[in-house]
Amino acid sequence: MPSVASKQYSDDVSLLVLLLDTNPLFWSNTSITFSQFLSHVLAFLNAVLGLNQLNQVVVIATGYSSCDYIYDSSLTSNHGNFESRGTGMPPLFASLLKKLEDFVTKDEELSREEGHEDRTPSCLLSGSLSMALCYIQRVFRSGHIHPQPRILCLQGSPDGPEQYVAVMNSIFSAQRLMVPIDSCYIGVQNSAFLQQASYITGGVHHTPKQLDGLFQYLTTIFATDLHSRGFVQLPKPIGVDFRASCFCHKKTIDMGYICSVCLSIFCEHHKKCSTCGSVFGQSKLDEASSVSDKKRKAPHT
Amino acid sequence: MSNQRKRLTGEREDEDDEDAEGIGEWERAYVDDRSWEELQEDESGLLRPIDNSAIYHAQYRRRLRMLSAAAAGTRIQKGLIRYLYIVIDFSRAAAEMDFRPSRIAVMAKHVEAFIREFFDQNPLSQIGLVSIKNGVAHTLTDLGGSPETHIKALMGKLEALGDSSLQNALELVNEHLSQVPSYGHREVLILYSALCTCDPGDIMETIQKCKKSKLRCSVIGLSAEMFICKHLCQETGGLYSVAVDEVHLKDLLLEHAPPPPAIAEFAIANLIKMGFPQRAAEGSMAICSCHKEVKIGAGYMCPRCKARVCDLPTECTICGLTLVSSPHLARSYHHLFPIAPFDEVPAFSSLNDSRRTLGKSCFGCQQSLIGTGNKPGPCVTCRKCKHYFCLDCDIYIHESLHNCPGCESIHRPKSVSLMEE
Repeated sequence: MPSVASKQYSDDVSLLVLLLDTNPLFWSNTSITFSQFLSHVLAFLNAVLGLNQLNQVVVIATGYSSCDYIYDSSLTSNHGNFESRGTGMPPLFASLLKKLEDFVTKDEELSREEGHEDRTPSCLLSGSLSMALCYIQRVFRSGHIHPQPRILCLQGSPDGPEQYVAVMNSIFSAQRLMVPIDSCYIGVQNSAFLQQASYITGGVHHTPKQLDGLFQYLTTIFATDLHSRGFVQLPKPIGVDFRASCFCHKKTIDMGYICSVCLSIFCEHHKKCSTCGSVFGQSKLDEASSVSDKKRKAPHT
Repeated sequence: MSNQRKRLTGEREDEDDEDAEGIGEWERAYVDDRSWEELQEDESGLLRPIDNSAIYHAQYRRRLRMLSAAAAGTRIQKGLIRYLYIVIDFSRAAAEMDFRPSRIAVMAKHVEAFIREFFDQNPLSQIGLVSIKNGVAHTLTDLGGSPETHIKALMGKLEALGDSSLQNALELVNEHLSQVPSYGHREVLILYSALCTCDPGDIMETIQKCKKSKLRCSVIGLSAEMFICKHLCQETGGLYSVAVDEVHLKDLLLEHAPPPPAIAEFAIANLIKMGFPQRAAEGSMAICSCHKEVKIGAGYMCPRCKARVCDLPTECTICGLTLVSSPHLARSYHHLFPIAPFDEVPAFSSLNDSRRTLGKSCFGCQQSLIGTGNKPGPCVTCRKCKHYFCLDCDIYIHESLHNCPGCESIHRPKSVSLMEE
């Protein structure tokens, strides 16, 4: 697997992949409307592109039933004959807005096919993270000279526990590629996935308190390129909770039992594993003898 | 370098430019680079350079097909908790220079990379190191979970002396691994450079003893194939391979990093008690139990005995409880829920409707899938979500990411549980 090439054309050229949350279930009841939010985000993207001539921005929308690429600043087809919307929006982003509108309509159609009772409020974070990593891998393949990539997750929807394995796979792959995942969480509850993602990959996690000033949070915290982060004081992670939750009751536990075959976590002793069906052999006798063996061994200094 | 200098001062350079070492630039290209290996004959007999990417992808597809044929649709169980001993042969055959700079240096470098990769893929497993020198097997490090300890011990003594003895190494490893709990998989990886083995007793008996104690032995040979190594691997269910050059050696070593398919009766399923420590509060002071020094702030507290440890995963030195964090367990989940290999779409196939709409660009990286002359280029497709991917994304998804972006971008209703993928 190719590792990160250490030669870029300049220290501070960055490729920012923005994962935008467009989940209608979240945006239907927030203090800030989606269009106000978009105006903050577009101004931020403009700022990032203005910091360096060679900076690149890619936007992937994270919807409720689908994910798709919305904007890529390196494509020349952006400057087509799109007329500006008349609201003062630069024609640079006219294609972004059009594609976003198409995406949201299509997403809504796809989600309408599902019943209303089964609605989980989460968005498809694992899908857009996987797509972002494939794009970044393509940038790495293009040669030794490329911008330094990073991922920024702008999300408000809560975590979907069914995506846990997929999100963790993406996080470990990002860690191996040395791509930091920054996250800006604008929702109500805390997102454990985003906290873990930023902690493991070395990115920045922040929950802005006042959404009216979102642009200020974005430009002061998330616009810094990777090289300059060594000189700037960014919010540090405060104690990420890495405790696991048991498979039977879903409560976080301090100590538990792990099945040696499938690594499922249980809070109390069982005769049979509910996930893989393996029957557990000599249990307590073996455990007691192995613990006493360890105690007898003198600690190596 | 001397060529450039001569050109700058305007002197004419001779054709056979001899530099200080006595061989010319052009000679070095043959000796070091073996440039004839880069050429290949095509159908009409003309020479052309090798197309590395197509070959790489074809090798990868073959490997994937073998793995999926073995799995055959059923969920193969893998040995996730492994106790592996690496036996390195430091006999005088290891001082040979056919691997540059010498077999020892190459082995040490690749074993270091292997140890890091091993702990990355198997965070709950442990490694120990054994060396064979002068016909005697020595334990370099005991079974442990910290990569730095092993690498430091390995790099400490790199010298080749005396004979090699396979039986002594196997006896020593067998003795160490007999103390390991029954739910763990016992493995040995032997890096063998010698062409013979000088044993004090009957090695066939030792092999039978290893087979009885369910020890899986694999050997990587550096010189030539030996019957005794092949017999050992066949009896115990391991893999035997011989490396032809440095790159091949690295590939063979790294093949042993992912967990091997578990043979059901080799390890007894068991519930292992583990602790999930919380991070100690910022600014709290404690004496850590691993270094016996005062540490401030960062660190973890064992939930059973409240001792402080610096790093995870580890075993609490006071009460013996295995301490892990949930990402360590999550690192092994992709072995349990592998994604199905993608199907190849033959190049220049007819442009049916779905290919026309979805197949224009790779779903993962947006690279164009249209090859030369506006005809569809080679690509792969996922059986479940029917999206198209380019060949490089295929390799990346299956070897590193373990998520199909297309399948993850489809909403699954709440009723589908995590385990039914």
